[in-house]
Amino acid sequence: MSKFKRIFALMLALIMVFTFAACNGVDDPDEPVVTDPADPGVTDPADDPDPDPDPDPDPDVPAVEQGKVLNVWGWNDEFKGLFEAYFEGVPDDVEVNFTLTPSDDNAYQNALDEALLSQETAADDDKIDLFLVEADYALKYVNSPYTLDIINDVGLTQEDIAGQYTYTQEIVTDSNGAIKGTSWQATPGLFAYRRSIAKDVLGTDDPAAVQEALSTWDKFYEVAEQANEKGYKMLSGYDDSYRTFSNNVSSPWVDEDMNIVIDDNIQAWIEQTKDFSDKGYNNGTSLWDDQWASDQGPEGDVFGFFYSTWGINFTLLGNALETPLPDGVSATGDPDAFKEATEGNGIFGDYGVVEGPQNYYWGGSWLCAATGTDNVELVRDIMKTMTCDPEVLQTITKDTQDFTNNVEAMEELAADDDFASAFLGGQNHIALFTESAKGIDMSNISPYDQGLNEGIQTAFKDYFNGNVDYDTALDNFYTAAIEKYPDLKRP
Amino acid sequence: MKSLKQRKSISYSKWGYVFLLPFFSVFIVFTLIPLVSTIYYSFFENYMSGLTQIGPTFVGLDNYKTILFETDLPKYAWNTFFIWILGFIPQILISLLLAVWFTSKRLDIKFSSFFKTVIYMPNLIMAAAFSMLFFALFSDVGPVNNIIVSLGFERFSFMESVGGNRGLIVLMNFLLWFGNTTILIMAGVMGIDDSILEAAQIDGAGPWKTFWHVTLPSIKPILVYVLITSMIGGIQMFDVPQIFTNGRGGPNRTSMTLIMYLNNHLFSKNYGLAGALSVILLIATAILSFVVYRNLTEKEAK
Amino acid sequence: MDLQKEMRLRRLNKFFVYLVLVLLTLICLFPFYLLIVNSSRAHSEVQKGFSATFGSFFLPNLRNVMSNKELPVLKGIVNSFVIAGSSAVLATYFSTLTAFSVYVYEYKLKKFVFTFILLIMMIPNQVYALGFIRWMNQLGLMDSHLPLIIPSVASPIVFYFMLSYMQSNLPLAMIEAARIDGASEFRIFNQMVLPIMKPAIAVQAIFTFVGSWNNYFIPSLIIRSADKKTLPILIAQLRSADYLKFDMGQVYMLIFLAIIPILVIYIFLSKYIVRGVAMGSVKE
Repeated sequence: MSKFKRIFALMLALIMVFTFAACNGVDDPDEPVVTDPADPGVTDPADDPDPDPDPDPDPDVPAVEQGKVLNVWGWNDEFKGLFEAYFEGVPDDVEVNFTLTPSDDNAYQNALDEALLSQETAADDDKIDLFLVEADYALKYVNSPYTLDIINDVGLTQEDIAGQYTYTQEIVTDSNGAIKGTSWQATPGLFAYRRSIAKDVLGTDDPAAVQEALSTWDKFYEVAEQANEKGYKMLSGYDDSYRTFSNNVSSPWVDEDMNIVIDDNIQAWIEQTKDFSDKGYNNGTSLWDDQWASDQGPEGDVFGFFYSTWGINFTLLGNALETPLPDGVSATGDPDAFKEATEGNGIFGDYGVVEGPQNYYWGGSWLCAATGTDNVELVRDIMKTMTCDPEVLQTITKDTQDFTNNVEAMEELAADDDFASAFLGGQNHIALFTESAKGIDMSNISPYDQGLNEGIQTAFKDYFNGNVDYDTALDNFYTAAIEKYPDLKRP
Repeated sequence: MKSLKQRKSISYSKWGYVFLLPFFSVFIVFTLIPLVSTIYYSFFENYMSGLTQIGPTFVGLDNYKTILFETDLPKYAWNTFFIWILGFIPQILISLLLAVWFTSKRLDIKFSSFFKTVIYMPNLIMAAAFSMLFFALFSDVGPVNNIIVSLGFERFSFMESVGGNRGLIVLMNFLLWFGNTTILIMAGVMGIDDSILEAAQIDGAGPWKTFWHVTLPSIKPILVYVLITSMIGGIQMFDVPQIFTNGRGGPNRTSMTLIMYLNNHLFSKNYGLAGALSVILLIATAILSFVVYRNLTEKEAK
Repeated sequence: MDLQKEMRLRRLNKFFVYLVLVLLTLICLFPFYLLIVNSSRAHSEVQKGFSATFGSFFLPNLRNVMSNKELPVLKGIVNSFVIAGSSAVLATYFSTLTAFSVYVYEYKLKKFVFTFILLIMMIPNQVYALGFIRWMNQLGLMDSHLPLIIPSVASPIVFYFMLSYMQSNLPLAMIEAARIDGASEFRIFNQMVLPIMKPAIAVQAIFTFVGSWNNYFIPSLIIRSADKKTLPILIAQLRSADYLKFDMGQVYMLIFLAIIPILVIYIFLSKYIVRGVAMGSVKE
């Protein structure tokens, strides 16, 4: 009998312990309560995130003991591929660990946030050292104490980063002026047009002439009419031109009072897209859906697509082919195999690029150093090599055709007559990109860009489809926005 | 010294409690505590702005006011109800019909076990995979549209039309559940005393009259059970519309259900509003639960 | 009524009945037919259009899906299987134990226990999901399979089913006799009661397994790491994936893997399963 009493009592005790833990846990906030909503994150200077007491390591002075595991977090293997191909400075006793969480359903950021929030209590080998972010939500991390100042904390110098395109630095500059990230990419955007369709509609496929015809939004509109007369669509869907408009706004998404502000340029996008949809100048697709992809292929009847650097050689190329590339063959692999697999395949070679009516950029990934990293020196090395070294960057461009973040290296290639893209019918697109990159203005970004950009495209899709009227679409947009960011307000 | 019988009965009762321990300790830890803390959370303002947490600060019933009056909650409640009832009505009608057919001695359907196997099958399907399948089949470039185009019609966007989108969700719900309902009702019908049916036949009642005046009333408890459990299931509608519309809730949010809405708040870590919504749903299901309970215990008493 | 007329009417009636049944069967089976057909075709074939005939790409699709780096399918299947299997074992064993307690023993709280479990039977776990995930976070059990398995110990629906079955199949006299023979309560339960409960356990094990296998909402909130994901989570990931990765052959193959094994088991055990559903609702 006493045995049962003991078991019973033990169970009861366990239950009571759990209950206590629950009650305590529930009213214990993990984070300091922030009362100033306009400045999410950077509040308490006493919370200095600088873990490295020696920001300027002198090679003669023995460095702070570095960790044995380098943890890099990302959402795809783009950087991993580049890192493994082009970075050679990993010390023998250090293990490099990539944690990749796909970005679908916001899973990547959710996982990253949780890990960052528990960074202090994590074991050294588990601490995040480097992580990647996209431009749309970069500010969320940049303005938080979880990223390190690359100059003062990581140890890069002004000279190191001097060769980069300024807009790539503007994006990751926090409200105090500190640069909190760096990128190997610059992603200026262009307009990729079908040469065969341009010949039919404009009589020429020469990039200079086509650019002349598309140099303003009004002219773009005229070409759309002409294309329509010949039975072509100007654009594939609703979201294609969004970035071009959204990157040229004159005010940020959210004002100082946390009101959501729809800029005139966004308004212009809404109007143009509605017009195009009603007149049948587009195929009513959404980015990334089946129809959009097949519009870029041999069966497509669309004049052109707004695309940026990575998109052209990554996405557009793939979609333009009739037969998909065999396993293992890619632009970064064996050039002969690549040539064989692509020549004459689908509409490979039928695209050309021009600047289009407005300069813009699209996407790109940035590297951030996580506060609390125990591998500061390796992080610095990686950042320096992969995002500042002109030789490395130029090699990456030559190999992958991606546009890298070094003005000098890119302009060299731009001037190089031999550098031509077979996919673009022999055009030197780097030359064009260097021009476009100069005009990018990133002064109007906000930490809410990701949700609001996505939100407005989603909400207005119904409007373009004719499912709802303008006011309902607007209502839906605000509802979704406030659901996602409860601290925002409707004007 | 206690009598043998007395000692035995005391020690056996103890065993009763001991055997209850696993169930109740797990219940307390994994259900009761979460339940209580959900209710607790509902009274606090608590959400994330970027990487910083706002709250928790006590706000009393504010979350409830916000969610009931300032959001589109009524719209989502309506969506959930509407999609549910559109699926449930055919479900119950066809299940009744099938149950009667399968149990009818007069009809003596051949291959009845084959049919029963087939109609119950969808109930075991992963709702997420089933939706994904329908999404692939009914997408703008999917097989169904291919068939439509080859028959000479224009491509129809099921996903983007309110009717198409909701209609497919209704169809999926129907397919997933009508087999289950049929079997349940069949069991109820087979439980009807033969003598009652014979009496009705002797009285000269035709099949329709028998059904309406004898069968239906006799299976009323089963019908009530099916109705209420279906309602509770309806409130929980999540997997199918979530996967089908990829969390968007369909055109103009017309396919967004209550739990999809809750899920949104859980993901944006808005624990205050999520808590309030959870409690509202809890109250609704608790009321329906109670009806099931009464229904079951009445059956017990019989 | 004229005998001939009646026979014709009856035949018409039967014809109508069979028509409806066949129609329903077709509607039920058509999506699966398309599924199997499309999982045997290559992506490019699927893009080209609808086909009623099978392709020859089944094995390549299977191979591609299994080696897809973004979707750890094999791990997903294993995870799903382990979680579902463990849940089935725990749910049936402990529900039977709890039902045994309520059925065999007399104690003061007995009525309360029975009523209580009936009351909580229908409360969906979505309404306390919020508290659940916060609590699991505090216990350090996020991103683990344990919170998906352990709660099965407390399964009110299985409990009710077991209790009903006991009331018709387990004579108290048997228990008394065993006690007189000197067996301990544990032994009585494990060695005498469980074998009698086998049919009920089998049926409920299947239902619990299937329920857990198909479960999406709670696992999606708890699991983070790729190697712990279950099949429904992988399907959701596929749905929201980047178009670039859309190989339709793989998509159909993944759905195939998520659905067909359960269906195959079902076809073999369908008699028992269908009987089990009916069992739970009828009381002798």
